[in-house]
Amino acid sequence: SSGINAEYGGYKRGLRNQHSSISLLKIEGVDTKGDTEFYHGKRVAYIYRGQKARKNKVTKRETKLRVIWGKIRRAHGSSGLVRASFRTNLPPKAIGATVRVMLYPSRV
Amino acid sequence: KQWYQRRVRGNTTLPGGVPKLSRSAVYKKRAMYKRAKVQVKPTVEAAPTHKTKQVQGEKNGGSRQVPLAKKPRFYPTEDSKNPLNNRRKVKPTKLRSTISPGSVLILLAGVHRGKRVVCLKQLPSGLLLVTGPYKINGVPLRRVDQAYVIATSTKVELPAMPESLTDALFKRKAKPTKNEKEMFVENTTEEPKISAEKIALQKEVDALVVPAVKKVDMLQSYLRSRFTLTKGQFPHEMKF
Repeated sequence: SSGINAEYGGYKRGLRNQHSSISLLKIEGVDTKGDTEFYHGKRVAYIYRGQKARKNKVTKRETKLRVIWGKIRRAHGSSGLVRASFRTNLPPKAIGATVRVMLYPSRV
Repeated sequence: KQWYQRRVRGNTTLPGGVPKLSRSAVYKKRAMYKRAKVQVKPTVEAAPTHKTKQVQGEKNGGSRQVPLAKKPRFYPTEDSKNPLNNRRKVKPTKLRSTISPGSVLILLAGVHRGKRVVCLKQLPSGLLLVTGPYKINGVPLRRVDQAYVIATSTKVELPAMPESLTDALFKRKAKPTKNEKEMFVENTTEEPKISAEKIALQKEVDALVVPAVKKVDMLQSYLRSRFTLTKGQFPHEMKF
């Protein structure tokens, strides 16, 4: 309930070169450039599992879940795709995976 | 664009910023010797720098001149620069037009994410002060940043709130330092997590807010429920 899902579609790229510092996300239900305006600046989290349990610094619990945080920067194209940049670049194995789009920072 | 040129009567400026006539030539041209001389300002009496003190003892001369402003006893080895004046006035964050006292807000992060909550006011620190009310959905008096909140169009008419609702309420109490001598003594009395004053204040505020909430039809159950997104619901299509 705290967010909406987006699919990680790959890096920003031309046909033969890719820029791995910028990821492209396809947010559910967003089909036009105008719709993406709501999501500008929203925080994004790529959540994945590791093998070993680690202590989460915030919740202080041992967990196998790990996060890479990022933020939605701008629209990409006119069909509702969106560019996001993460604190560390998303790993290529995440292409096709679900990324969670948070509703904050909110401007509503 | 012409650069602003300082206007000197009786003189012109040549290209390059050079005046055509020298200062003495201008003096002669304008016949300044014929004009009334500028009045010399009367001397202002200087502020007293010393004060006369009477001194005891026969051989001590009777009185001494003591400087009013003492010279410093210590001069630093190296000159240090004076920091620039900071004339910045801290203002609270600009409050979003959709948020006002009595607005129902949706909390987006934290333990209470998704809960609908009543906004009481904006504190001087810029944060919003918010309450569940505690009786209705378990959210106590809490500070929230505007960015972590969605403002709904629902509003509650709130009566005047107690004056003690400020940032000082939320200041954390300093933990006792390790140097204290009681280090080896067992801490017998555990401080309760929420102070009695906060609990009392919570009850006081809820006693004002809850009746205001109950006046509106279905608002109490609305505040009880959580905001969720289900299949087919998209926030960019929603009007809050």
